[in-house]
Amino acid sequence: MTKLNAKIPSGPLAEKWTRYKTDQKLVNPANKRKLDIIVVGTGLAGAAAAASFGEMGFKVKVFCIQDSPRRAHSIAAQGGINAAKNYPNDGDSVYRLFYDTIKGGDYRAREANVYRLAEVSNSIIDQCVAQGVPFAREYSGYLDNRSFGGAQVSRTFYARGQTGQQLLLGAYGALSKEIGLGHVELYHRHEMLDLVLIDGRARGIIARNVVTGELERFAAHAVVLATGGYGNVYFLSTNAMNSNGSAAMRAFKRGAFFANPAYVQIHPTCIPVHGDYQSKLTLMSESLRNDGRIWVPKKKEDAEKVRKGVLKPRDIPENDRDYYLERRYPAFGNLVPRDVASRAAKERCDAGFGVGNTGLAVYLDFAESIQRLGRNVIEARYGNLFQMYEKIVDENPYETPMMIYPAVHYTMGGLWVDYELQTTVPGLFAAGEANFSDHGANRLGASALMQGLADGYFVLPYTIQNYLADQISVPRFKTDTPEFDEAEKKIHAEIDRLLSVKGKQSVDTFHRKLGTIMWENVGMGRNEAGLKLAIEKIRLLREEFWKDVRVVGSKTGVNQELEKALRLVDYLELGELMARDALLRNESCGGHFREEYQTEDGEALRDDQNYKYVSAWEYKPDDVPEKHVEPLNYEFIEVKTRNYKV
Amino acid sequence: MKLTLKIWRQENAKAKGRFETYQLDNISSDCSFLEMLDILNEQLVNDQVKLPVDTISFDHDCREGICGMCSLYINGRPHGPEQGTTVCQLHMRHFKDGDTITIEPWRAGPFPVVKDLMVDRLAFDKIIQAGGFTSVSTGGVPDANAIPIRKEDADLAMDAAACIGCGACVAACKNASAMLFVAAKVSQFALLPQGKIEAKERVHAMVAKMDELGFGNCSNTYACEAECPKNISVENIARMNREYFSQAVTKADRKQNGGGAG
Repeated sequence: MTKLNAKIPSGPLAEKWTRYKTDQKLVNPANKRKLDIIVVGTGLAGAAAAASFGEMGFKVKVFCIQDSPRRAHSIAAQGGINAAKNYPNDGDSVYRLFYDTIKGGDYRAREANVYRLAEVSNSIIDQCVAQGVPFAREYSGYLDNRSFGGAQVSRTFYARGQTGQQLLLGAYGALSKEIGLGHVELYHRHEMLDLVLIDGRARGIIARNVVTGELERFAAHAVVLATGGYGNVYFLSTNAMNSNGSAAMRAFKRGAFFANPAYVQIHPTCIPVHGDYQSKLTLMSESLRNDGRIWVPKKKEDAEKVRKGVLKPRDIPENDRDYYLERRYPAFGNLVPRDVASRAAKERCDAGFGVGNTGLAVYLDFAESIQRLGRNVIEARYGNLFQMYEKIVDENPYETPMMIYPAVHYTMGGLWVDYELQTTVPGLFAAGEANFSDHGANRLGASALMQGLADGYFVLPYTIQNYLADQISVPRFKTDTPEFDEAEKKIHAEIDRLLSVKGKQSVDTFHRKLGTIMWENVGMGRNEAGLKLAIEKIRLLREEFWKDVRVVGSKTGVNQELEKALRLVDYLELGELMARDALLRNESCGGHFREEYQTEDGEALRDDQNYKYVSAWEYKPDDVPEKHVEPLNYEFIEVKTRNYKV
Repeated sequence: MKLTLKIWRQENAKAKGRFETYQLDNISSDCSFLEMLDILNEQLVNDQVKLPVDTISFDHDCREGICGMCSLYINGRPHGPEQGTTVCQLHMRHFKDGDTITIEPWRAGPFPVVKDLMVDRLAFDKIIQAGGFTSVSTGGVPDANAIPIRKEDADLAMDAAACIGCGACVAACKNASAMLFVAAKVSQFALLPQGKIEAKERVHAMVAKMDELGFGNCSNTYACEAECPKNISVENIARMNREYFSQAVTKADRKQNGGGAG
């Protein structure tokens, strides 16, 4: 029944990528000029891919929804980027980075893809340094490293607390160079609303110019989606306001399979929710766990007093504090992977030990580090994060511990891709967070930047040639074909329908309702009854949406309400898909924690016998989506229970 | 909190704009400035009896002070009253109950209004496209530790590279000068060995593009530094001027064309 072929090259793990590159087809320079590539998204994956394609000689069109490619949400990544350089001489290697990533992903990622990721990681750092990315350095002049969760080595390169910004600006610089040279055409303030297929291949997109409101047609020989994740389905997440899942969902409806939609990363260290007017959640970098210690009061009565504001955290003596991560996971302590840290925080708060006025917060305390290293060292490492915290919460984290709570941060699921990053639609590729490929059921910190840039700089520039090599005789496409007509007509109808409902509830009202359903039932802890309830509730909400949504403004010109409404249309379907995927995965793995499947001490209970696979969903018009399965075969490593205790 | 808001409304780049007055009540002081505008927009959607009405358009994205998209001119100051803060990180606790707040878009020739409070900052992209990069292609570069860089230089480069490209410096300057934005990028590369190779071409190309796009001369008032949400120092302008004048363009340079940072 399976239609999925991951196209993993044969041979030993460490030789697969080399073999692929040796055997793949290439496109000669004269032919590259005749081939067009569309890249949607200008985050790390999209900007890196578009710049690299331009340098190689392809004709590239690149699209971003913001006013400039430099705004893509990769810019907000704080902590760092992993690579297997082993500069600190602490025992790192390509194999170890590969192994940590597979293990961190709870044995639900593809061996070959992850090994390639680890293999190209070092080239990324070289590339970024050559671009002038100002990474942190030691007094010797050489690059500095720090540690992230799920690793026992220091392999994370960083640029203060703004690593994503600096890497993105490096890629944006490379992209700008290619735009300046005329190899890449930039379409800013454009939002992709459909994928156009001709004879079963991806041949173009329809994008809405959000300034004029017009729908515009673009054709190419291949399309790359680098459109990020879908965490905003929860309404509140650490994603940017404009980050959305629409490009992926619209590709899904054109035949691209959606893999592991249930795998969502809930990041343990975010600033807690403080009011119902809140529009987004702010992350406090995982790097803080290098020097911060996480705790809650040991006694319930202390926790209660803290919640009422009668007791200050500093008043609680050392003996009455529960450093629960250090207690439960002595080997990794505060640096356990994100899924483990998030669940542990939820467990303590659910048990009544939470702090903050809502009881949904734990402390992240720097007092000991400040005493040990001095305030200036802590300030140099995390100054901008402390400042950001103080601006939002109005408390000084140098003097009182930060309060943090888990929040939706990243989606490991995404469009299904093979080893070449090609989706099930020929000619449609997906890169970065938009694909599902490398992080399994849980992503390790500082690995998103690595994967985005790996896909963009060092994977797609090879694999896309293998596809385009037999397209060299295909002439450039016109956009006045029936396929483009049909796609455009469909979107016009959708927009007209949204504007004509003229109901009573705003788009955000519906989005908040969807977010609540998702957070309560498809969040950190999931169970069968809750997931079934979520599917039903989302279906009802969708019906209500189409009867009662109030989208103001008009079709022409800027209309931010309409933009949000179009995205919500897709979230209302994606949310259900996530719940369906979670319901059928009767095990706990990584970020997917099914309450029915846990050990006696509350750890995730995986079922390798029955679920060691990737689920890939196929869209069925007017029916529920169909689930396909790609079995995961571990040839080179032993699949074990994840253990961060010893 | 109770607030009176005077907000610039303008349908599109060609239309004539005007201030409209709005009343808001029950705003929490923990609310961010943009969340306050969300509440206002929600009120506009819900309260109006007749369709179609329109919400107030403003640019925003990350809402954590790093993407550089938000761009509001509040009570005569870019990004509002708090030093070193973007609008999205500004909270209502910095205003008083009963305040009247005036909100306008960036006002600068090279940043035309798109709608209401949104402006077009493509001019910044064009300046970067003229040379704000090292002309390295993907692949074929040496090991990252092959060239050590003094920590002090790397730190100074990072200080300059922290610019978020929001345009507050231009909006703050009476001459609508982009000197601070350009100087930050020029400085970042001038301080690093990887950037030094093209330093001469870069500074001339970027400054020429800046002039061509209609940004004014430096007003020497340092309003840019005072209003920069990332505290980018005007020392970068001094560094850029040194770069510019110490690296006069020769005839041989002018003959070269196309490609690279120039």
